[in-house]
Amino acid sequence: MAILTVEGLHVHYGAVEAVRDVTLSIDDGEIVALLGANGAGKSSTLNAIVGLVPPHTGAVGFRGKSLVGLPTEQLVRLGITLTPEGRRVFGSLTVEENLLLGSMPLGKSGDRRKENLERMFSLFPILVQRRNQIAGTLSGGQQQMLAIARSLMSSPKLLLLDEPSLGLAPQIVDTIFDQIVALRDSGITILLVEQNVAMSLEVADRGYVMAAGSIVTSGTAQDLNSSHLVEQAYLGHE
Amino acid sequence: MEIFIQQTINAVSLGGTYALLALGLAIIFSIMGMINFAHGELMTITGYTLMYCGIAGFPFIIAAPIAITIAILAALIMERVAFRPVRNSSGATMLVTSFAVAVILQTLFQNLISPRSQAVILPDMLAQSIHFGGLSIGINQILSISITLTILVILNWFLRKTILGMAMRAAAEDFSVARLMGARANAVIAGAFAISGALAGVAGVLWVAQRASVDPLMGFIPVLKAFIAAILGGLGSLTGAVAGGFALGFIEIYLAAYLPDHIQPYREALALGIVIFLLLLRPHGLVPAFNVGREKV
Ligand SMILES: Nc1ncnc2c1ncn2[C@@H]1O[C@H](COP(=O)(O)OP(=O)(O)OP(=O)(O)O)[C@@H](O)[C@H]1O
Ligand SMILES: [Mg+2]
Repeated sequence: MAILTVEGLHVHYGAVEAVRDVTLSIDDGEIVALLGANGAGKSSTLNAIVGLVPPHTGAVGFRGKSLVGLPTEQLVRLGITLTPEGRRVFGSLTVEENLLLGSMPLGKSGDRRKENLERMFSLFPILVQRRNQIAGTLSGGQQQMLAIARSLMSSPKLLLLDEPSLGLAPQIVDTIFDQIVALRDSGITILLVEQNVAMSLEVADRGYVMAAGSIVTSGTAQDLNSSHLVEQAYLGHE
Repeated sequence: MEIFIQQTINAVSLGGTYALLALGLAIIFSIMGMINFAHGELMTITGYTLMYCGIAGFPFIIAAPIAITIAILAALIMERVAFRPVRNSSGATMLVTSFAVAVILQTLFQNLISPRSQAVILPDMLAQSIHFGGLSIGINQILSISITLTILVILNWFLRKTILGMAMRAAAEDFSVARLMGARANAVIAGAFAISGALAGVAGVLWVAQRASVDPLMGFIPVLKAFIAAILGGLGSLTGAVAGGFALGFIEIYLAAYLPDHIQPYREALALGIVIFLLLLRPHGLVPAFNVGREKV
């Protein structure tokens, strides 16, 4: 059963066509990797799904409901959340304030908020002792964990992760990928945008590969791993 | 020494009013990237409401909250009618829009009320002073200082302890991500305008309480000062706006008190000179905003 469907998506920035006719779908409980070189249009695709950039044409559906035209702030209430590229934690706010902001869609339900906060602290123990630290002073890896934890505070069904391993030490990258698998096992569906192809295909069920705005190949992680299609997409010939 | 204490009280009182106004400007700027030049007209609206309430015979203690409420409503209407349509436009467009709103309102005051200054009925109590140890402190100033401090404490609590307050700080830093987290753009911006309206309203009440009159251009000078204070503090930084407001109040009052008579005509120029000097030392202001130069909305 598809949780997210994207059909014929185009994104333009002025005259630049960043995403061309992208079609993809994600089933409940999957980890799907969206791979591609710099500038392939991966972030633009995610941003169009959550309405941060308006799609030029195309349909985006979440559990059969169309998302096109919904304001971004509505999506998290439906159960979709994006952890944006570059972490983008609120650097002048404390770790705990960042997390509390992630739980805005829970409304006045203080108990669930507290419960989620405790869950994040056990999932990412590093955040406990940093609770009252200003987020801007965390290390890159800590900020990435905070960014993911903040997204999880709303109890999402579908998590869009934009390059969670970007710029992090190998050890931290391992931890993050372990967390991604753990999240899926806890019932969250994940669309993972990554540059780290090998690790992504290790954790993903399926993958799509983008080049120059279009999807050039897709398949199960195994197929993509054993074929040379991914490398070719990165090198720019099809 | 007594003169010095007296002048310091004056400085805290004037600086506090500047701080409230600068805060109102800074809250809007931090979230929308817009300088609201019509902020002063919110003060003027407060002044006229006080005037009409006085004519209608309402006691000041009732007129003041009414006037502040009207300022909040006026700020919300301004946002809805004038600023929402240009929200995603360039900074220049928003700036010109706010100028237009200011001029339209000034023209309306001139034509519908009077181009001349109108008296506002104030309770006699405000003009009295209390004396102790050779000091005479105006009730007016005591009220002004205590109200300003109370407002600053409440606002600080709101921004730190409530989810909407946190969302406003988050939106000031990264509006898109705040929306991703579920912050409703319209609610955050309307909230910011409501707060800035309340701050302008309180400042307007304090301003009128010192002068007992209101005229169509009443808001212009104080908001210009508040703008300078906000820049001195670090544009977009709320703590900075407060620091800049008090700093400007102190600079102005001490210059007025201690400059030799023959230099007094140059007082304003000198005050601005000191501000520019401070900005040369700290180009991003006394307490710089966290995200200087980041994209807004
Ligand atoms: N806001 C924008 N305005 C104009 N062009 C943009 C904007 N954002 C992205 N682009 C362009 O769109 C294309 C796709 O960018 P996008 O960020 O989606 O790529 P990406 O696959 O996420 O790359 P990376 O791996 O480097 O993050 C690029 O050519 C980029 O320059
Ligand atoms: Mg990207």
